[in-house]
Amino acid sequence: MYSDKVMDHFKNPRNVGEIENPDGIGEVGNPVCGDIMKIFLKIENNIITDAKFKTFGCGAAIASSSMATELVKGKTLEEAWEVSNKAVAEALEGLPPIKMHCSVLAEEGIHNAINDYRKKHGLELWVEKNPHAHDHSEDLCCDR
Amino acid sequence: MGEKRIVYMDHSATTYTKKEVLEAMIPYYSEHFGNPSSIYRIAGDSKKAIDTARVQVAKALGSDPDEIYFTSGGSESDNWAIKGIAFANRKKGNHIITSAIEHHAVLHTCEYLEKEGFTVTYLPVDKYGIVDPADLEKAITEKTILISVMFANNEIGTIEPIAELGAVARNHKVYFHTDAVQVIGNVQVDVKAQNIDMLSLSAHKFYGPKGIGALYIKKGVKIDNLIHGGGQERKRRAGTENIAGIVGLGKAIELATADIDGHNRRIRGLRDRLLQGILARIPGTYLNGHREKRLPGNINISFEFIEGESILLWLDDEGICASTGSACTSGSLEPSHVLLATGLPVEISHGSLRLTLGDINTEEDVDFVLEVLPKVVSRLRDMSPLYRKNGKEGGCNVQ
Repeated sequence: MYSDKVMDHFKNPRNVGEIENPDGIGEVGNPVCGDIMKIFLKIENNIITDAKFKTFGCGAAIASSSMATELVKGKTLEEAWEVSNKAVAEALEGLPPIKMHCSVLAEEGIHNAINDYRKKHGLELWVEKNPHAHDHSEDLCCDR
Repeated sequence: MGEKRIVYMDHSATTYTKKEVLEAMIPYYSEHFGNPSSIYRIAGDSKKAIDTARVQVAKALGSDPDEIYFTSGGSESDNWAIKGIAFANRKKGNHIITSAIEHHAVLHTCEYLEKEGFTVTYLPVDKYGIVDPADLEKAITEKTILISVMFANNEIGTIEPIAELGAVARNHKVYFHTDAVQVIGNVQVDVKAQNIDMLSLSAHKFYGPKGIGALYIKKGVKIDNLIHGGGQERKRRAGTENIAGIVGLGKAIELATADIDGHNRRIRGLRDRLLQGILARIPGTYLNGHREKRLPGNINISFEFIEGESILLWLDDEGICASTGSACTSGSLEPSHVLLATGLPVEISHGSLRLTLGDINTEEDVDFVLEVLPKVVSRLRDMSPLYRKNGKEGGCNVQ
């Protein structure tokens, strides 16, 4: 069901944990839907120097968090903002269609963490160019 | 790397075919291949084999042999019972009663019939998954033509009060069907004493082959055919008989029901040690279903703060075959309709695990799962944002 890459990031997730005194925190998802991601960023001179995560969710959710944190490390905030859910899914060599929302969650988690940082620094919040169903209204799991 | 140890604990999904069963089947793929409907002598062997199997099934259910009809499995039997009764009795009424925790072979058939103009009542269950006969009594109307309640639930293992439910149906002269797919070999079935008019079973749940099942239909029940065609099964179910499958079903049911008490004692012993071990070693763990009124091999537990699919993936990595009530793996993100019907909160339903033990399991298997599972749960909890080691932080109720 999952690619080898997904299984690798599920079994050996990179960047699990929390950052003490993070510069940005993004929390997305909902336990009712079966997935929650919490992303922690360390930001120095507009560059993400460290990223960590904690995730409650399925294999794809854990692998997406792992991959997303890998992809944004070392990037400027502008570059990191451009890391799309598709990029996360592609880096994982694909996700099953019903699990694509996990990569969306990872993108949103990064975005929220970046905006958390911008908010703390009195900067204008960036807006989602392609707003995903932030409320999960597209998700099968939350149609109740 | 050496051969990896496999611990199979998903007997409610399917069982292996026992050697004796397979051996009984093989001649019917080779020398005894005749079509039982044919006139020549070699066809007679096939015919006799089917008759023998029919007697074996009837004996296990306490019915007459000519009340047993072979089908392709549990789903066909359920479809036949429900659609067959609905279409044959629609002049009398259009109301069907079932329960909220049925297998999809029943639920989706009922939903299909709703589109065809039938109305369906889905009886609620209590927190253990038990249907209350008083609720059934209240739901019956003069339009009710069929009641279908499963004998035991496939996910949480709860055994329903079938004889009582059957008695209510009988008092109101409504046909009573039960999906008994999970109970053969685990619970003593007696269709007469238990007031059952129709009963579905499937061989691969009790160490027989896949693709073969049966429907018991009490004499005199007014039911339409589902599969139309030739005159097989006394003109009730068309299609050249799956002779080897039928022989396998007969042998498997004979073996499975030879010593139900002895089988249960052994499986329940393993199950209880595993269950107690899990509950003792892993905090924040809850048993779903009823403590006593449950199938001997069934464990269904929920773990706080983690999600079921990720547990399964890790267990699989360790060679343990299990399943989850949260249907993530089966292409749906919905948590189990059974767990939700018992009132389990959605967020906890996502973290459920089903282990179903069977004849293949040993004390060593139990030890292995007890060694692996706590590590898997703790690894996943360590990366869960909902989990705090020292005292739980709002549990799954955040947001």
